[in-house]
Amino acid sequence: MSLDLFSAKGCALEQQRFTWRDMVGKPISKLDDDAFTRVRIILMNGIELESLRFQHMAARMSRDLRLKLAQIRRTEQHQATMVNWLLGPDHSPLETTIAYEQVAIEVTAAVAQREPDPYFAQAYRFGLLEDFDHLYRYSALLDRLEGKDANNILQNYTDILPGRPTVDEHRHPQDDVRESYDRKTAAPLTKLHALMITAAEFQTHDYYMNVGPLFADPVARQLYAEIASIEEQHVTQYGSLISPDETVLEQWLMHEAVECYNYYSCVQQETNPRIKAIWERFLDYELGHFHTVAELFKQHEQRDPAELFPTALPEPVQFASQRDFVRQVLAQEVDMRALGTQFVNKSQESQASIDYRTHINSDGSPSESVAGGYVWNPGTELNRKVAVAV
Amino acid sequence: MKEQTPMGMNRTGMQMSPFDASAMTGAPASMTPATPGDDSALAQMRSTYIAESDPIGSVPIPGTVKGALTTGVSMLTGDQPQLLLDKLGERLAFERTGTRLYDALVTKFETMQDQSTSMTLADLQKIRQDEARHFAIVADAIETLGGDPTSQTPCADLVGVESMGLMQVVTDPRTTIAQSLHAVLVAEMTDNAGWELLIALAEDQNQNSLISDFTVALDEERAHLQQVNAWFQEATLGEVISNGAIVDDIGDANPSQLH
Repeated sequence: MSLDLFSAKGCALEQQRFTWRDMVGKPISKLDDDAFTRVRIILMNGIELESLRFQHMAARMSRDLRLKLAQIRRTEQHQATMVNWLLGPDHSPLETTIAYEQVAIEVTAAVAQREPDPYFAQAYRFGLLEDFDHLYRYSALLDRLEGKDANNILQNYTDILPGRPTVDEHRHPQDDVRESYDRKTAAPLTKLHALMITAAEFQTHDYYMNVGPLFADPVARQLYAEIASIEEQHVTQYGSLISPDETVLEQWLMHEAVECYNYYSCVQQETNPRIKAIWERFLDYELGHFHTVAELFKQHEQRDPAELFPTALPEPVQFASQRDFVRQVLAQEVDMRALGTQFVNKSQESQASIDYRTHINSDGSPSESVAGGYVWNPGTELNRKVAVAV
Repeated sequence: MKEQTPMGMNRTGMQMSPFDASAMTGAPASMTPATPGDDSALAQMRSTYIAESDPIGSVPIPGTVKGALTTGVSMLTGDQPQLLLDKLGERLAFERTGTRLYDALVTKFETMQDQSTSMTLADLQKIRQDEARHFAIVADAIETLGGDPTSQTPCADLVGVESMGLMQVVTDPRTTIAQSLHAVLVAEMTDNAGWELLIALAEDQNQNSLISDFTVALDEERAHLQQVNAWFQEATLGEVISNGAIVDDIGDANPSQLH
């Protein structure tokens, strides 16, 4: 069943209040909670941070909207805190990283299958295989540095296999900027998807930039530097899908719709009742934001916000293992590359990207070094009977 | 020959900034009122969370029929097989992390060509092999009891958190052999305590088939601890001071060591 944005009233802005005790609640169990509960937490934190980021940028470009932006941003800030603080401190930064890549893979794969526009669906499949390889590299690091098994986080939902090799993902910026959707003709789902995945990648990029220097191990430091650079490429790619011709209010309304859509998806599928109650509360808050921004849209643009949403919102995002789809894409598209805005065969790559990649890898490749000979094994490499004979 | 820590421009202490230190401590009373209360409010805040928190997690329900039967039967008799499984999970995790610690120490030793101790590459590789073999012993024990050696038990999760600091020290390219050995010493002391506890638990749970393997492992860990402590002392002091007698439980201490 899909969500009707215009009939659900939501919670008024002035009733959206918190205390510190409220905001900093009990975290989930890393061991007993389902991995998709953690996926939802990470995704919604990413979407909230994207809202915060956008609402700050919008304030720099629109004097009239600054106060309203600040008001809504205050709630987004406290929602982001409450959601992100659900992750317990027994997640090491590297274990959290594994969880972030699981989000990237499973959510991007779900989106790629639903995306109505074939060009954008291809963009999602392209990025998916790169995040898939990141998971493999980080899993090797988790095993060889911390002696832990990434599958304790993944709970068997996501494969740990090489994807498009990270060493080959480094491209010249001219090959990362994509075509954007047409703001007048694109399906609402296309616009929602672009914002969702941009949000997830931006959050992932910022996370790696924050935790990378916390590692003492130089292999870890270099690996985070390398993968954070790819995430910047991904933010460029996905961000460029969003039309730069949209007005500030169009973008703001779309952000609130993305939040409603995703919280609704979380409410529908959450298995932990305590966490589900948080999704329900925040869906109400976002509906309140949506209606506030819809009013501003009518007032400032003299347009009907229903123009942007001609039909009911699509069915919820599917939070489930996309293993079969990922393996199919891996088999068919791992050798694809990018050329300008298009996706091409490996042999057609630009000299600019080849030169850039050759130079940046010229002192060695952390992603190749960390995973030399690495094959995921349940219980880590040390659990292979052969390995114990060393 | 022991390592030398250099003397130089460490800026962290008050003595390095006589003028600014004097300005800081000399702030007028009107600028230095404390926040009302004392540190009991901090403790109270923690206490509230402690009272309301859920456990870290649970020991997994055995996935195999044999496993369910084994633990099911023990549960009926009032023993606590989940405690043994939790602690075996902890030992498994710690031996794995310990193996990786030794991997990092071997690399450091090979690179630095350190001469400050009697430690050799062969010594380190032997200890590393022992840790990997201990891991296999524990994995087999868990399977024997019908448990899942690929799961992360609550105590396994927590030793993962505890050992993060050890890993950071040994993998930091700036740390010396002495500094790295200090971290490894902490690991070896924990190993000893861990194996002693496992033997006691196995005896308590009448899991006699596990005791002899565990006892061999404990003997090896005692040897590791003596060796690592000796190397640490050599690297730090230039000589070994504890003449091989590690006080690893109160029963080993003589009265002159107690105060």
